Amino acid sequence: MAFRMGNSSTKCSGSSKNCLATGNKFSVLVVDDDPVVQRIHRVFLNRFGFETQVVGNGKEAVDLYCSGASFHLVLMDMEMPVMDGPEATRELRGMEVSSMIVGMTSRDRDSEKQAFMAAGLDDCRVKPLTADIITSLLHQLNIKYQY
Amino acid sequence: MERSQMYRQLANMRKALFDQGFLDEQFVQLEELQDDANPNFVEEIVTLFYRDSTRLIHNIEQALEKNPLDFTKLDSYMHQFKGSTTSIGAKKVTNECTQFREYCKAGNGEGCKRTFEQLKKEYALLKKKLEAYFQLARQIGPVESACRPK
Repeated sequence: MAFRMGNSSTKCSGSSKNCLATGNKFSVLVVDDDPVVQRIHRVFLNRFGFETQVVGNGKEAVDLYCSGASFHLVLMDMEMPVMDGPEATRELRGMEVSSMIVGMTSRDRDSEKQAFMAAGLDDCRVKPLTADIITSLLHQLNIKYQY
Repeated sequence: MERSQMYRQLANMRKALFDQGFLDEQFVQLEELQDDANPNFVEEIVTLFYRDSTRLIHNIEQALEKNPLDFTKLDSYMHQFKGSTTSIGAKKVTNECTQFREYCKAGNGEGCKRTFEQLKKEYALLKKKLEAYFQLARQIGPVESACRPK
């Protein structure tokens, strides 16, 4: 299965857990409208060896997939303008996208977590992204994509 | 000032920011992302935060002048703002955001206004402290990983 992405660096950062059996790196799409969060997530994920792409709302994520791009992991923020996380997740699953989609919610929006999961998430985590969360997601990715 | 003195002063400034509750663990996560590829990462993120949040602060200010207050809108703005403050580890500012949202839920306009004034004070104070911190860090220059000369 070929994974195509938009412009992204091919620099290898050497994280040994972030490798498929084929030797390729895991790719991640960050979907979040906050520029501060976008920047932090990009550097954080690159540090863990991901090929990272960032978009600003759910519609941009859906459009990317429609254009033929695909990612191993999608980190989906819940509240975004134009198209929010739950709606984008429903759309992607409707397109039979099988990527791991992980919702990112705020601590005080816990009650809406269930509705977000019901939209088709594989998992839901509380912001902010930490090294522990990424390590745990890498573990799940290694299990899911073991060829 | 001697370099080692500057190092000590920088370390003390940093410790005070944590001890006095201005910053939390999330700031440490950002520091750990700073490396040769991103040598000024923390300062860049903080600069981005203050630049980006100006717009939100302004929106909240305008919304607080309306009569009657639209608590749903206010809460939504504050939710966005809190997302950013949490991501840089701005502990005191985040606490004020949480308090503000409590007042929104309770429909307490006076509480919102009072909390917002406090929030702006904390926001400005943190900015001042971090600017001083980064200025000193820049004076010291990048931390050399080489050993002392033989």
